[in-house]
Amino acid sequence: MKPFTTLTGPAAPLLRANIDTDLLIPKQFLKTLVRTGLGRHLFAEVRYDDQGRERPDFVLNQPAYRQAVILLGGPNFGCGSSREHAPWALLDFGIRCVIAPSYADIFYNNCFANGILPVTLPLAAIEDLASEGALTVDLPAQSVSGGGRSYRFDIEPARKSTLVEGLDAIGVSLASLPAIEAYEARRAQATPWL
Amino acid sequence: MSPGARTLYDKIWESHLVETRPDGTSLLYIDRHLVHEVTSPQAFEGLRLAERPLRHPEAILAVIDHNISTRNRESASLEETSRLQVEALVENVAAFQVPYIPLLDDRQGIVHVIGPEQGFTLPGSTVVCGDSHTSTHGAFGALAFGIGTSEVEHVFATQTLPQRHSKNMRVRFEGTLPPGLSAKDLALFLIGQIGTAGGTGHVIEFAGSAVRALSMEGRMTLCNMSIEAGARAGLVAPDETTYTYVAGRPMAPAGPLWDQALAYWKSLPTDEGASFDQEFVFDISDLAPQVTWGTNPEAVVDIAGHVPDPAAATDPARREAMQRALDYMGLQPGTPLAELPVQVVFIGSCTNGRIEDMRAAAQVAKGRKVAPGVRALVVPGSGLVKRQAEAEGLDRIFLEAGFEWRLPGCSMCLGMNDDRVDPGQRSASTSNRNFEGRQGRDARTHLVSPAMAAAAAVTGHFTDVRRLLEVR
Repeated sequence: MKPFTTLTGPAAPLLRANIDTDLLIPKQFLKTLVRTGLGRHLFAEVRYDDQGRERPDFVLNQPAYRQAVILLGGPNFGCGSSREHAPWALLDFGIRCVIAPSYADIFYNNCFANGILPVTLPLAAIEDLASEGALTVDLPAQSVSGGGRSYRFDIEPARKSTLVEGLDAIGVSLASLPAIEAYEARRAQATPWL
Repeated sequence: MSPGARTLYDKIWESHLVETRPDGTSLLYIDRHLVHEVTSPQAFEGLRLAERPLRHPEAILAVIDHNISTRNRESASLEETSRLQVEALVENVAAFQVPYIPLLDDRQGIVHVIGPEQGFTLPGSTVVCGDSHTSTHGAFGALAFGIGTSEVEHVFATQTLPQRHSKNMRVRFEGTLPPGLSAKDLALFLIGQIGTAGGTGHVIEFAGSAVRALSMEGRMTLCNMSIEAGARAGLVAPDETTYTYVAGRPMAPAGPLWDQALAYWKSLPTDEGASFDQEFVFDISDLAPQVTWGTNPEAVVDIAGHVPDPAAATDPARREAMQRALDYMGLQPGTPLAELPVQVVFIGSCTNGRIEDMRAAAQVAKGRKVAPGVRALVVPGSGLVKRQAEAEGLDRIFLEAGFEWRLPGCSMCLGMNDDRVDPGQRSASTSNRNFEGRQGRDARTHLVSPAMAAAAAVTGHFTDVRRLLEVR
């Protein structure tokens, strides 16, 4: 996985609450066998009209944000379905960082699995930063800055190192193979019906 | 609080710990893995690319449910992309020797309906699936949660997942559920109370006299919706209701192993005096049937209620969100829910596609007719549910009333097949999400129980189902 250290670029504000994964990537685009190519369908039902034309008022259709690399969202971002197509669509569009006051669990996990940094900041800070066209996210320093303002964010150390080092999570778990095998031996004794 | 007293969640967690790493994360062992066609192809591809073997094919049960037509089982009638996804699963389960229930098998159905039916879901186990409604299986006292496709691949390769311990929440429903109400009403009521993020970071254990009185079907409905409250998982402690349901199922233990398992399962319920990070207690004896009005499940009122007025919201963000929901739903503040006409009724899904749900809807439909201008679908959750319903004559009741009786699948819950709500149409749906576009572009979804959906079908608008049941 591509490591994540710092990121600078356009930060698109979409400050509504409960941006669910159905909104991020509608179900008709889940019928894919690959992880790539979903960027043009990101937010499809609000980004395009029913004729497939761009809606000029939607943030990602505005000139300043067509190349957005950061997305600012409201609370409970990514709620709903477990579809990893949501972070795949963000990534394919070019967004590598989401900044929101809170996240749904599964989406949050899915971001880290794809090298996307979900930053948690209070809504007031996000509203403050939303007036800046471009932001810089510094993961090692745990800060988001723009227009002379800077906010520090918290992140679990294990999550941080996953991104900074670009770790392969499966490889890390497979390094624990002896522990997995030992567990399986214990399990065969303790709960043989499983 | 008693020292050493543990919750049901803590017990399952501790019994599945492979190791705790220096960084504080834990490697958790996964007993059961359900797989369907939508969230698995990239995981199988990942294994192939990394040349990793699938560690325990026998821990998996695969089925096709999301894409398929509920009219027939001919792949020629599927959209090209759906057909390719269906074919990919069939190829992958063959290549990796994964146990699979074929499409034409009577046991085929929605992944969260068939796991319990087959005895694949067991108390005290860990269950995952690339689907958020995996929380359903918590009804058995199993730690069950939805995962992304990368995690599906992770379980394929390692039979484990790196996890963080969640907080413990207990929700106690006390009292007796009034006639005409069901677990769906409890679930919607709860989400209305604590919100769609109320359970975030927590595993919710459902307890109290009203939960103990629920059937396994009802408990599954309740746990199914715990993800809509943002919870990591929902749980109900196993008891005699659980054991009676599990006994004799094809994949459940039998003979001496059953006795051994049963003794273990009886040790699982939360210890007296165990502490919870959060606890809610609701007396539900006076609860009325619930109907959602907005575009997330917390936007709910009871059937006597009205569409709320955004102007009454003090928080500007809240006001704006409410107004957007009303605009999308085509609603005016102050309108009684009972005055809203519906054009589509959907009875089915992993939330409400089980035999008890079919019975509750049929009881209302019996001897009545679907109202003019209403299209009403009944989609059993599995082939076994369908067969049981037909043995009880429920299919005749539905067909005579003018409902369509379909083949099992996820269907109109998310409309990945051709069962969709048309733009601007209002639906009474027993599914789990009323998000914008969920049932189709510009579809206006109201979540209700199966009995309430049937009542809407036969009256043409939302109706307090208890009135229809009283005249019997």
